Amino acid sequence: MVERMKPRVLVLRAAGSNCDGETQFAFQHVGAQADLVHINRLLQGDIRLVDYQILAIPGGFTYGDDISAGKILANQLKYQLADQILAFHQSGKLIVGICNGFQVLVKAGMLPRVDTTAEQSVTLTFNDSGRFEDRWVELTANPKSVCVFTQEMPERVYFPVAHAEGKFVVQDSTVLAKLHENGQIVFRYCRPDGSEPTYPDNPNGSVDHIAGICDPTGRVLGLMPHPERHIDPTNHPQWTRRALRAEGDGVALFRNAVAYYA
Amino acid sequence: MITRIELALKRGYTDAEANKIGASIRDLGIKSIEQVSFFRVFYLLGELGVQEQQRIAAELLADRVTDEFAIDSFVVRPHSGKAWSVEVTYNRGVTDLVAQTTFKGIQDLGISTVQEVKTARRYEFVGNLSEAEKELIAQKLLVNKVIEHVKNPDETLFFPALDPEFKIITVPLLGADDAELLRISRERDLFLNLIEMQTIQNHFRSLKREPTDIELEMLAQTWSEHCSHKTLTGRIEFEGESIDNLLKQTIFRVTKELNKPWCVSVFKDNAGIIKFDENYHICFKVETHNHPSAMEPYGGANTGIGGVIRDPLGTGLGAKPIINSDVFCFGPVDVPHSILPKGVLHPKRVMQGVVAGVRDYGNRMGIPTNNGAICFDERYIGNPLVYCGNVGLIPVDKCEKEIISGDWIVVVGGRTGRDGIHGATASSGELHSESEGTWSGAVQIGNPIVEKKLVDTLMQARDLGLYRAITDCGAGGLSSAVGELAKTSGAQVELDAVPLKYHGLSYMEIWISEAQERMVIFVAPEKLDTVLALFASEDVEATVIGKVTADKKIHLRYRGVQVGELQMDFLHDGMPKPVRRAQWQAPKIEEQGSSDPADLAPALHAILAAPNVCSKEWVIRQYDHEVQGGSVLKPLLGAENDGPGNASITRPLLNSYRAVVLSNGLNPKYGLIDPYHMASSAIDEAVRNIIAVGGSLDRIALLDNFCWGNTDKPDRLGSLVRAARACYDIAKIYGTPFISGKDSLNNEYQTDSGETIAIPPTLLISAIAVMEDARKAVSMDLKAAGNSIYAVGLTRKELGGSHYYEVLGLTSAAVPQVDGQRARRIFEAVSSAIQEDTVRACHDCSEGGLGVALAEMAFAGGLGAEVDLAAVPRSSDVRQNDWILFSESNSRFVCEVEADKKQEFEKCLSGCDFAEIGQVTAEPIFRATGLQGRLVVCENVLALKNSWQKTLKW
Repeated sequence: MVERMKPRVLVLRAAGSNCDGETQFAFQHVGAQADLVHINRLLQGDIRLVDYQILAIPGGFTYGDDISAGKILANQLKYQLADQILAFHQSGKLIVGICNGFQVLVKAGMLPRVDTTAEQSVTLTFNDSGRFEDRWVELTANPKSVCVFTQEMPERVYFPVAHAEGKFVVQDSTVLAKLHENGQIVFRYCRPDGSEPTYPDNPNGSVDHIAGICDPTGRVLGLMPHPERHIDPTNHPQWTRRALRAEGDGVALFRNAVAYYA
Repeated sequence: MITRIELALKRGYTDAEANKIGASIRDLGIKSIEQVSFFRVFYLLGELGVQEQQRIAAELLADRVTDEFAIDSFVVRPHSGKAWSVEVTYNRGVTDLVAQTTFKGIQDLGISTVQEVKTARRYEFVGNLSEAEKELIAQKLLVNKVIEHVKNPDETLFFPALDPEFKIITVPLLGADDAELLRISRERDLFLNLIEMQTIQNHFRSLKREPTDIELEMLAQTWSEHCSHKTLTGRIEFEGESIDNLLKQTIFRVTKELNKPWCVSVFKDNAGIIKFDENYHICFKVETHNHPSAMEPYGGANTGIGGVIRDPLGTGLGAKPIINSDVFCFGPVDVPHSILPKGVLHPKRVMQGVVAGVRDYGNRMGIPTNNGAICFDERYIGNPLVYCGNVGLIPVDKCEKEIISGDWIVVVGGRTGRDGIHGATASSGELHSESEGTWSGAVQIGNPIVEKKLVDTLMQARDLGLYRAITDCGAGGLSSAVGELAKTSGAQVELDAVPLKYHGLSYMEIWISEAQERMVIFVAPEKLDTVLALFASEDVEATVIGKVTADKKIHLRYRGVQVGELQMDFLHDGMPKPVRRAQWQAPKIEEQGSSDPADLAPALHAILAAPNVCSKEWVIRQYDHEVQGGSVLKPLLGAENDGPGNASITRPLLNSYRAVVLSNGLNPKYGLIDPYHMASSAIDEAVRNIIAVGGSLDRIALLDNFCWGNTDKPDRLGSLVRAARACYDIAKIYGTPFISGKDSLNNEYQTDSGETIAIPPTLLISAIAVMEDARKAVSMDLKAAGNSIYAVGLTRKELGGSHYYEVLGLTSAAVPQVDGQRARRIFEAVSSAIQEDTVRACHDCSEGGLGVALAEMAFAGGLGAEVDLAAVPRSSDVRQNDWILFSESNSRFVCEVEADKKQEFEKCLSGCDFAEIGQVTAEPIFRATGLQGRLVVCENVLALKNSWQKTLKW
């Protein structure tokens, strides 16, 4: 009985995925059943997306990010798995892409879909600093967002980013206006006191300090920071400076996803 | 037909590559550049319609939002003035990763007519440049001629697939005289000496036949210094004493005598294994990749980290890589170009390339790089050192291999190319200014994604029990891998079965190629189909290339013909033991005194800004040090996440608080005075870093990596003997066994004038420890005003090789020594104080001594410190404030303790030298009162932090 209530999560692997293990652990930690599935299994039909409730595309460097980050996997989703993924989404299920997964969702046109078109309208380009950087960032979670992953999340969370191509840019100002209007902006970088950031608090130069967005339904989330790297309280870079907390800030995001199916 | 597609970022987007090149040009002193533009170029071979070209450009290569492109023309950047356009492409045979991925991407679009892809990059410079300046920019910044060249407009990019005519080559050895033997060794780059050549000659005389080229090559690989460590395991005549196998008498011996129950497998497999918990062990290996990194820093470092990852992966039945470490030694990054010897890359370019190489491989593999060090010295200009380490996690029942005749030999992972031919033998010789040309075959570029796929698949195959033995293809390629693994049984290999990157390789090149990302597994016949299916399902190549035999011989065949046959016992045990002479004489160093200035703040600033002490944040941030989700103590920490940690702590199993602690010790400056004390100090430093974060002495294992000059020269070898003996002495007292190690000798560089520059004797000690509960960890940043500050350990007058004397330009032979028994008591006491939760912050005193330790703790915590130097425990000859503040005596710590924990802390420390020397203050000022009762340091910690951060803030 209990087993049946556990939502099943498909953590998608491809050549060069590398945050699959900790993403699987994050979902397991909040009571989900999470499987690591190679994209070849979906392409060959050995495993079907329809048997899962949540699709997670983890961080990494799929296919080396050789042409641009996430591009090859994005094209695989767009040209080879489009029907399955569309059906999955339309049946009310959840999709989350973290870091490389976010880059994939954007380049596959699955985010932000401000109006129903699936044409790519935003992208994640090279950091203003010109290099890969690993650093912790303060984020505000937008309480007005329609995103199901962040419902009742504390307004401030602390996650690490680790990327070279994480600068969020939009095709034009109408896209940005729509994102705001639709409540699609989920996470924004901020200073430790919550105010508007500059580098390095905005670690990559993202437009409007945007770190994560969802689609208009709130069921597809993409973000550059890594919530799965802040599950245990000892992940916090300053945990030795204060009393150990009960859990890391990232847990709430995964718990919300699982709670959606409760 | 060939389609050329060119892309660039649309205007308005930051072009980091163009900016970087622009900045580097200004660094060269060329100021006339007005504009730099950067373009990515793709050449596609195959018939394509206009629509298909358009699709490839728009849907695959270009980002819809940020990129613009041009097909068979140039992306135009309007400008006034003269423009100079340069296109750079890889040399033939060099791995082009983006081209390979693009090929896949085109197929994913459903376009199947493209046969091959090549990439290039184009730069456009606007400004008035002279021909000499253009040449300088091209050679110093745009091209490393070892792997790439400026493309000429009508150059051929694609070549027809051709195989060389197959002909067995024998080398006439039987009748050769000594001069002829040496000529053969030299001309074939075998690096075998006369006695070794004579031994081979005698062997083949007894067989009554001439050797083939592949047999000679295999012997040269196996007998190379790199593979056999013949110097350190041979005989050494040292000061009237005859040492048979130095390693066995020092490093191995201490491990054997300590006989720790948690040492699972030491000095026999690709990495040393120690116990972790009831289900897993951990293994650790550190390697060097010095010569390749000197020639091509990016590729050299890239394949250095890629190679060392395959060591734990090839240990037992394979360990999952969980942590990377890296330690570099470079020339000073501010030396003028004009003083560089010919053929030597500028240290800044070497450093940028090496860091990028480690970054791109480690990050793409998804392995946190969380421990390291960088050391600068002029003697590394021609010979940079690149140490790469990897820790792996292995199930307790997967630590042993089984060699059974009849099993299939399967090569898995990457394809074999001409890359890295002669790497093992080349790394055993000296570098010279012609190196970049003569050994271009030795340069390799890694493909981390192929290795990542390989790891993912091997871990599944291992857990399913699908193979019985595994090893990596490292130096010496398949020759070493198969030769080593089948040593006790024998093997037959079909060289034409080995999958190749391109046509044109001879049978000999296939056997000794050091192409990356390959492993060899031995598979039972009944499991073969399952193995091949599993690898295919993950898009990883797996190919049967031969069979394990029982005749203790290696048989090499090509197109059905035998091209080589060697007896395993001759291959592995036939090498004559070299005898080398060694001596050591203490250098004459003038004993100079310092003036004990009234204000020590300027010296403190200078030491903090010294390249060896300053913040390495620019490097560390480029590494993903958090991937895999188990990071507990990061390399950067404190109130603003930018203080220097002592050691990293990582939880490899996310549902457990058991953790791996990693640290290192390295101080070549001491080695120039006395390598014995350098080695003692390196061990002490590595160990005390682990103690400082909460590790305990009874669970620490060590690794040794000796990088030395040419040990054919008695003084170089003598200094190594001294260092090895210190390893025994100190590790014995500390109870810390060595579990693995490696040496890289011949790190010398010959300049055009014939002068030889040797590196300083450089011993890297890496330490690994298991910590039961990561929640006991202590970081180095000060935590709260009002807490007490304690100095632990004795400060002696030991300023030889210190940073204080270096910034003052003074010399002294009083290098820091280790008082082992006293140190051991201190380590145990600090450990127990941390276990009892009495310590809020702990930092070790190393480069820059007490002064730097206190300053770092203060600015990392965003707090101040007020200390009294008169209270610092010290030997009676320490009479000056500057000595107290900057002496680099070993086995010392600074601890922060809360008021209500002081009694308990002091109880833990009883019997040790320690004293309360001051307290933490809210005001961010570092104040030190001197022996005369006057303030000798009164400085804002933010100013100190600024000095510490500015040097390498690139």
